Amino acid sequence: MVWINAVLQGVLLGGLYALFAAGLSLMFGVMRFINMAHGDFIITAAYLLLALVTGFAIHPALAVPLVIVALAAAGYLNQRILLNRVLGKDILPPVLVTFGLSIIIQNALLEVFSADSQKLQAGWLDTASFKLSEDLAIGALPLLMFLAAVAVIAGLQFVFYKTPLGRMLRATSDDPEIVPLMGGSNAHIFAIATALASVVVAIAGIFLAMKTNFDPAAGPARLLFAFEVVIIGGLGSLWGTLIGGIILGVAQTVGAQIDTGSQVLAGHLVFLALLVVRPRGLFPKT
Amino acid sequence: MSTILALDGVQKSFGALKVADNINFELADGEALGIIGPNGAGKSTLFNLIGGTLPVSAGTITFRGEGVTRKSAAERCRMGVARSFQIPHPFIGMTVYENLLVASNFGNSGHHDAEKECREILARTGLLPKANRPAGTLTLLERKRLELARALASGPKLLLLDEIAGGLTEAECESLVDTIKDIRDAGVSIIWIEHIVHALTAVVSRLIVIDFGRIVAEGVPDRVMKDPLVQEIYMGISVDDDAA
Repeated sequence: MVWINAVLQGVLLGGLYALFAAGLSLMFGVMRFINMAHGDFIITAAYLLLALVTGFAIHPALAVPLVIVALAAAGYLNQRILLNRVLGKDILPPVLVTFGLSIIIQNALLEVFSADSQKLQAGWLDTASFKLSEDLAIGALPLLMFLAAVAVIAGLQFVFYKTPLGRMLRATSDDPEIVPLMGGSNAHIFAIATALASVVVAIAGIFLAMKTNFDPAAGPARLLFAFEVVIIGGLGSLWGTLIGGIILGVAQTVGAQIDTGSQVLAGHLVFLALLVVRPRGLFPKT
Repeated sequence: MSTILALDGVQKSFGALKVADNINFELADGEALGIIGPNGAGKSTLFNLIGGTLPVSAGTITFRGEGVTRKSAAERCRMGVARSFQIPHPFIGMTVYENLLVASNFGNSGHHDAEKECREILARTGLLPKANRPAGTLTLLERKRLELARALASGPKLLLLDEIAGGLTEAECESLVDTIKDIRDAGVSIIWIEHIVHALTAVVSRLIVIDFGRIVAEGVPDRVMKDPLVQEIYMGISVDDDAA
């Protein structure tokens, strides 16, 4: 039964990891942009929510949409003002610039919020759970997290395949040089893609804030998980990202069941094994 | 007839190389104009300048009475300039129909029924049976037709066709010419770069000959093609009167 429990908790944790990864995957998919500060953006969203709720005593129901809107706007402006300038055939400049951003963000968070590990108290949501059987229960928060991940992935899937905006994003992913000749502005489309990714980043940060302790230096580990999930799932595949998240989540919880200290290691080992067997991921798009 | 496009003293240089040298011409609304010239003469460059993919070094371009010299390619597309490429560039990961929808949603569309219009264009260009196929799976003729269809979907007032008949069989070429005639007759102004002269002259009422980035001859197709200078530089032969 402990193993079933471990797998179940792993699946739910996978939802959070899929949320970590979806934004990263989206930005890479549309503009071949590798965002090294992705994890730090997630942590920033978590701190923003913490500051609004505990610092300014804003009700979470209002704070959550505020964080999402703030991140989306910041993402759009960041792409438009800074990141578009380094986009090009060479993938190294974006990596260097976002690596620098990562360091700046971590130090800024350290300056404002101190190095203390923090967590947002989610009240009843922290402890509520549904009993499945005598010794099997799922927490309300992990379940909500998982459902949010499914909703986010389904929402992105809908936007990408059923709306004019999504068609434009996919066209840009295919051939950014032709898109202007169809009336689309690359600078704007890239910024929209980043804004969309930032909405997912905000949602990931909101759940992270409620789920675990975090500190200003917690970003890079989240980036690593996100990378692993994207690569397991296959680049450019949205549902693959969810599956990748679940695989990493299950690997970690099962690993923790074997030995408490080996949670993260087990995830990395499964990732490496899959990389050997399926170097292009489980559901490669192109 | 009013003028839809005017180029005035347009120049483009890459370093010391002049690829467009003092280009002046006007295109009337609804007119079909052909451009011929040897490879490397600067024909496609001219399309890049008109479409806005390349900035001019000097001179002005006026489209529908508005100066567009400094406008981006996207802005010009939204004003009604569309172009097809010599080498087709479809969005290969998307279906044929989706390729058209992209152009229709973001081009010179206004508020119209994009889906209905795209279906009509697919029918006109003979692509309806392939509508839901990924564009990457099309044959050369189908890709050329998709280039044309996608350009049409953006709602053009001016259509720039770059060697759209190149590489096609005679029969394919003929059916494409019919399609282009229909587009012309629907009132879209056309500039067509083509090596296949008989296809070109079946559609256009005026020819411009370009060599070394300059306009070297201009006029009614029959007369232009008989111009000895044109025959020499374009056909690579000189015709003397005795032989004729």
